[in-house]
Amino acid sequence: MTTAAVLPADLETALPTTLFRFATAGSVDDGKSTLVGRLLHDSKAILADQLDAVARTSADRGFGGDKGGIDLALLTDGLRAEREQGITIDVAYRYFATDQRSFILADCPGHVQYTKNTVTGASTADAVVVLIDARKGVLEQTRRHLSVLQLLRVAHVIVAVNKIDLVDFSESVFRDIEAEVQQVGRELGLGSDGISDLLVIPVSALDGDNVVERSGRTPWYTGPALLEVLETLPAADELESHLESFRFPVQLVIRPQGALAPDAVAAGLDVEAFRDYRAYAGQITEGSVKVGEQVSVLTPGQAPRTTTVAGIDFAGASLEEAAAPQSVAIRLADEFDVARGDTIAAAGTVCEASADLYAALCWLSPKPLREGQKVLVKHGTRTVQAMVRSVSGKLDLATFKLEGASSLELNDIGHAQLRLAAPLPLENYLHHRRTGAFLVIDPLDGNTLAAGLVKDHPGDHEDERYSI
Amino acid sequence: MSNLSTTTAEFASAADAAPAPSPRGIRPSDDARGSDSGSGLPNARKLASGPSADALDATPWAASAAPALQAGRLSSLDTLESEAIHIIREVVAEFEKPALLFSGGKDSVVMLHLATKAFWPGKVPFPVLHVDTGHNFPEVLDFRDRTVERLGLKLVVGSVQEFIDRGELAERADGTRNPLQTVPLLDAIQRNKFDAVFGGGRRDEDKARAKERILSLRDEFGQWDPRNQRPELWNLYNGRHTVGQHVRAFPISNWTELDIWRYIERENIELPGLYYAHERQVFARDGMWRAVGEVSQPRPDEDVITKTVRYRTVGDMSCTGAVESNAYTVSDVVVEVAASTLTERGATRADDRISEAAMEDRKKDGYF
Ligand SMILES: Nc1nc2c(ncn2[C@@H]2O[C@H](COP(=O)(O)OP(=O)(O)O)[C@@H](O)[C@H]2O)c(=O)[nH]1
Ligand SMILES: [Mg+2]
Repeated sequence: MTTAAVLPADLETALPTTLFRFATAGSVDDGKSTLVGRLLHDSKAILADQLDAVARTSADRGFGGDKGGIDLALLTDGLRAEREQGITIDVAYRYFATDQRSFILADCPGHVQYTKNTVTGASTADAVVVLIDARKGVLEQTRRHLSVLQLLRVAHVIVAVNKIDLVDFSESVFRDIEAEVQQVGRELGLGSDGISDLLVIPVSALDGDNVVERSGRTPWYTGPALLEVLETLPAADELESHLESFRFPVQLVIRPQGALAPDAVAAGLDVEAFRDYRAYAGQITEGSVKVGEQVSVLTPGQAPRTTTVAGIDFAGASLEEAAAPQSVAIRLADEFDVARGDTIAAAGTVCEASADLYAALCWLSPKPLREGQKVLVKHGTRTVQAMVRSVSGKLDLATFKLEGASSLELNDIGHAQLRLAAPLPLENYLHHRRTGAFLVIDPLDGNTLAAGLVKDHPGDHEDERYSI
Repeated sequence: MSNLSTTTAEFASAADAAPAPSPRGIRPSDDARGSDSGSGLPNARKLASGPSADALDATPWAASAAPALQAGRLSSLDTLESEAIHIIREVVAEFEKPALLFSGGKDSVVMLHLATKAFWPGKVPFPVLHVDTGHNFPEVLDFRDRTVERLGLKLVVGSVQEFIDRGELAERADGTRNPLQTVPLLDAIQRNKFDAVFGGGRRDEDKARAKERILSLRDEFGQWDPRNQRPELWNLYNGRHTVGQHVRAFPISNWTELDIWRYIERENIELPGLYYAHERQVFARDGMWRAVGEVSQPRPDEDVITKTVRYRTVGDMSCTGAVESNAYTVSDVVVEVAASTLTERGATRADDRISEAAMEDRKKDGYF
């Protein structure tokens, strides 16, 4: 349920809110669930019946000893096993809103399948909040998390130094951790590459210090509270819709051939005018497009075909312009044969399709990756067969250097070369978050094995920062 | 069953709308009623008056259909709509035989509306499936049939009553039939060879649903295995499945109840009338107002009174409660929902009050 923060009086005048997606990451017991519970509670997203249920369970378990209190983590731990074992098993999604923004929050558990959960949460996130226990400081797990976030090019990384109450709100403890985080950030290129930024905030998830409002108990901290940051950071869409390179993977062709929607006809749609209607449906992954602009249709294995945009339709409205992440239907001036799997792109920014795929892989499955293995690659609106030619190394999290490896196992991040059965319009993930991403799928059981990020071919100019 | 609400003792009602004091300076409104609450036409759908100058704009919701970029960004509703349409189109492109669960409830009505927008000006390219408990509100069934007719859709019905008549399902001691829907649902999926079923489930409805994927694999027995779900990355949805398995698709996973109502308001979407305030004969049970009807009879100690109520969810009439409300129009409802202090299930579903894991258990068995 959304909070009551946007209230009736505001409904008339306030601009509609925008959407912001963020995820939490951290080791077990760092306080992720408590922080999420705190944000929901303090922004009034928790309703009375939910709070009652949690209060009863907290009391039954004697939470907080004599002091009592509510175990806020119970608000997000949704499965029976999670509540019984006091751990979070799977990514849980939560929703709350302030008068600025609607938030979608992914609470990503930090134990065994940490990479899987962090990669999942981070892949759609505008920002990720990494928790550190103030008593423990930066751990190997923190370095892992930060390297995954760097790899996925998450736009904003916020490190919350939690349980600051348990170190007596000590400034020196905080400053030491802050310095260490910045050091790790520099090693990774995080926060200094112009793509992402890195912020460190002292918080107490349990008591609420610096979560929604700045705390009087940390007078030495003059920065914003966590929620203030989340309300003001630009979302990834905002950054992506301004990119010059328009990209539109075609999902399907809308071609009713006379079989028009009866309600549209009843509302006065001119049946004759729509007899030969043909439009390409999809979601703009980056950039924007205007009617009359030149675009290229990319069909893997064929030379790009250039034409102009004749119209942008959306459910009965004709738009002059559309931008990421809008779902629309595009009409082209020329009658090309365009199908699912093709990409419509801004003319002149064309990427070439290739059957050789060089990539960073986050291995998410207990089944290891072996050289010679056959897999499926799902990229945009296409899925093709592929063979793993070679694994060229995996990331050592202590040094952030690539070390030799010939296989990848659960939670490993490595580099591999794949040969595709059909060419794909691959683009470097560094510059194209959507068209540079793909899934590796097990052809036997259909499960997702890895998150893949397209790299340039070795030998081509490669960005230093990307060579994890 | 005893009254489970201990501290939430009052009945769910619009009186809950008084917002609790907030650390973020929430301003309560002095007037929670919409100005045109007397219009008496909560469901009036504003139809475009004949063909417009531009044929492309001739559609019932054309006025609101064009998403507006504000300061270069889509509003949260437009972003959610765009995401849902992308998912609906992906499923239609990648599956052989999808169907949409349609009960006439608000979430399924919104789903169908999104589907019509996704394929405009073409028809919605899949049938709708209703699992009929036999415990229906008559106006909801009527609404279902009119909608199917208006959109030229094929309707497939799975009937709980038929399974009971054949002795393949047993009536429960408490008389409610929501939990009995699973068997007819799976039967309809198998018999029609549906490989993908769209549902209007939202993650904000329940803690177990909060863990649900947008594309969620079900095994041969329709079971959900929450501990072994596929990671869902970027907007690349992996719907691969083997023969016998199917996939549930939840395009409005990320919508909240308030998003749904704002969208219904913005798009002028028609709903069954019981979502808006009306007078009804009710009696109190389990901390909720129950409608008097064929399958929902008061016990001798339960007094029947007439109240102005509305429904926040519609389901099995025998276990769905009404809330006291003066929300006669969709904008009244938006205001009420924005200020409500109870979740929609907590306020109106007796079956979800049974235990903290009620929904998780039903979902594991193949429920919606
Ligand atoms: N004193 C104190 N305890 C905290 C704080 N945040 C979390 N905890 C406690 O730390 C434990 C682990 O928290 P939880 O949220 O379950 O951690 P998770 O495993 O990261 O989700 C619980 O006992 C919390 O009550 C904090 O800021 N201060
Ligand atoms: Mg947790």
